[in-house]
Amino acid sequence: MLILECPYCGVKAEETELAAGGEAHLKRFGPGSDEDQFHDYLFMRENPKGVHFERWRHANGCGKWFHAARCTTTLEVFGTYSAQTYEPPQEIKDKITAKRPGWSWREFSDGAK
Amino acid sequence: MKRYSAFAVAREALRYHTGWERAWRSPAPKPHYDVIIVGAGGHGLATAYYLGKNFGITNVAVIEKGWLGGGNTGRNTTIIRSNYLQDPSAAIYEKARSLYETMSQDLNYNVMFSPRGVMMLAQTEHEIRGYKRTAHANALQGVQTEWIEPARVKELVPIINLHGPRYPVLGALWQERAGTARHDAVAWGYARACSDMGMDIIQQCEVTGVRVENGRVAGVETSKGAIDCEKMGMLVAGNASHLADMAGFRLPMESVALQALVSEPIKPCMDVVVMANTVHGYMSQSDKGEMVIGGGTDAANNYTQRGSFHHIEETVRALVETFPMVSRLKMLRQWGGIVDVTGDRSPLISKTPVDNCFINCGWGTGGFKSIPGSGWAMAELMATGHSPLTEEFSMNRFKEGKFIDESVAAGVAH
Ligand SMILES: Cc1cc2nc3c(=O)[nH]c(=O)nc-3n(C[C@H](O)[C@H](O)[C@H](O)COP(=O)(O)OP(=O)(O)OC[C@H]3O[C@@H](n4cnc5c(N)ncnc54)[C@H](O)[C@@H]3O)c2cc1C
Ligand SMILES: [Zn+2]
Repeated sequence: MLILECPYCGVKAEETELAAGGEAHLKRFGPGSDEDQFHDYLFMRENPKGVHFERWRHANGCGKWFHAARCTTTLEVFGTYSAQTYEPPQEIKDKITAKRPGWSWREFSDGAK
Repeated sequence: MKRYSAFAVAREALRYHTGWERAWRSPAPKPHYDVIIVGAGGHGLATAYYLGKNFGITNVAVIEKGWLGGGNTGRNTTIIRSNYLQDPSAAIYEKARSLYETMSQDLNYNVMFSPRGVMMLAQTEHEIRGYKRTAHANALQGVQTEWIEPARVKELVPIINLHGPRYPVLGALWQERAGTARHDAVAWGYARACSDMGMDIIQQCEVTGVRVENGRVAGVETSKGAIDCEKMGMLVAGNASHLADMAGFRLPMESVALQALVSEPIKPCMDVVVMANTVHGYMSQSDKGEMVIGGGTDAANNYTQRGSFHHIEETVRALVETFPMVSRLKMLRQWGGIVDVTGDRSPLISKTPVDNCFINCGWGTGGFKSIPGSGWAMAELMATGHSPLTEEFSMNRFKEGKFIDESVAAGVAH
């Protein structure tokens, strides 16, 4: 069972308390953007085998949105963090690097390259 | 290939079954093939079969990382129907359903197609309107379905509770020639026929890289070495994004777990398939007597072929309302598969940014029923560069806004 610690209220929430919100750190595109930008923003998904960043909501708890870093091949959770950020904090990246050296996801990576 | 027949059974009975031969060969890979198919699930094998049967292309390898039929093809709840809303879907699913009717004869392999009828329950006012609309659309598409009232539902499914506390049964969309088939047999039957045409089915061989030269596919790297090809088809369901990544392009797709479970075998009690989409549960009875139950997908990306327990709990809780007898059943087994879900819940059967590299994926929670139609159309696309059945399923449709929206039509699309 998936258990994520809500970074706001500190509750270790199990899956039935949570609502999944899809891929994290999407850059939104609005009026004036071109076809390719809309296409990628709306439909193209990372869908990685391995390290992944997601949005979750503590739906049956404090109700707040937050981010989680997870592995899609082991279901291991690396950590959770605030929704008020454009990228994973260094502390989360370090936790991932400790377990998955060489990882990368979109423009983020362990920084070794 | 020795054909299976009543005579063959009698002959083998008389000589202690020593004369049966292996259903397919397990050869080592050759250095070069005209066509490489990645993924020996139903869709990959059916594509290979129709490449040979309809286009005479037999220098083909089907490469499989595990065992053939071990992916979603061997993990589904085997529902076959073609009562979709949109025209392009109805065309390919009905093509598939009609091919299922004669598949056992075509392949000389008993796939146990059982057109027992599929019933999709309407349990809200919205569903009544939705299914009546689908029935009208189906009439125009030439797909035989009908709207039936609750009394007829009860007649067809005596164990149903029409007056459940939350979701009463208000009627159903009924497709009489829909049903089920033995999923493993579909994979095995195609594999045997492909092997007989001289194709190589290479199991325990994982594709780890795709070689692209001057924008054109040149071959694959595998755990059994490099293999060259002229054309390649990727039919790897939940692993499609991963394969596409190897070839250098991306897909509008996400991979999530879908689970199913079966009960202990009981005496015959339900001879149709019932789907209850509002509450996300569907059920049929296998020939062994087990109640075969499926539910909704998990919400988050996952490649582990394991789902969350609470989804099973939700499915069974919902079914207990509509079928009170389910509360007395012991469940025997539960499993999961990784399904490939696109933005409009319809598949991609398409050319790709890499020349001579074709993709067929995105069947998500409902691609067992489409196996023969999809293979038929994919073979045509790969052999001739064009198929009327696949045109609308191009991966460019997301850029053009030409969605084939089945998520509204089906709720859950099994
Ligand atoms: C629980 C469940 C219930 C379902 N119920 C229904 C239903 O009732 N009706 C219905 O119509 N559909 C149903 N489906 C959906 C259906 O099972 C799938 O859409 C269909 O089987 C997909 O077939 P496929 O050939 O595309 O994929 P698969 O059968 O998954 O085959 C893909 C193959 O590719 C192989 N592969 C992957 N990566 C590589 C690689 N790198 N190298 C080599 N090989 C590779 C895999 O090992 C696999 O064998 C259900 C699915 C699940 C999981
Ligand atoms: Zn919280």
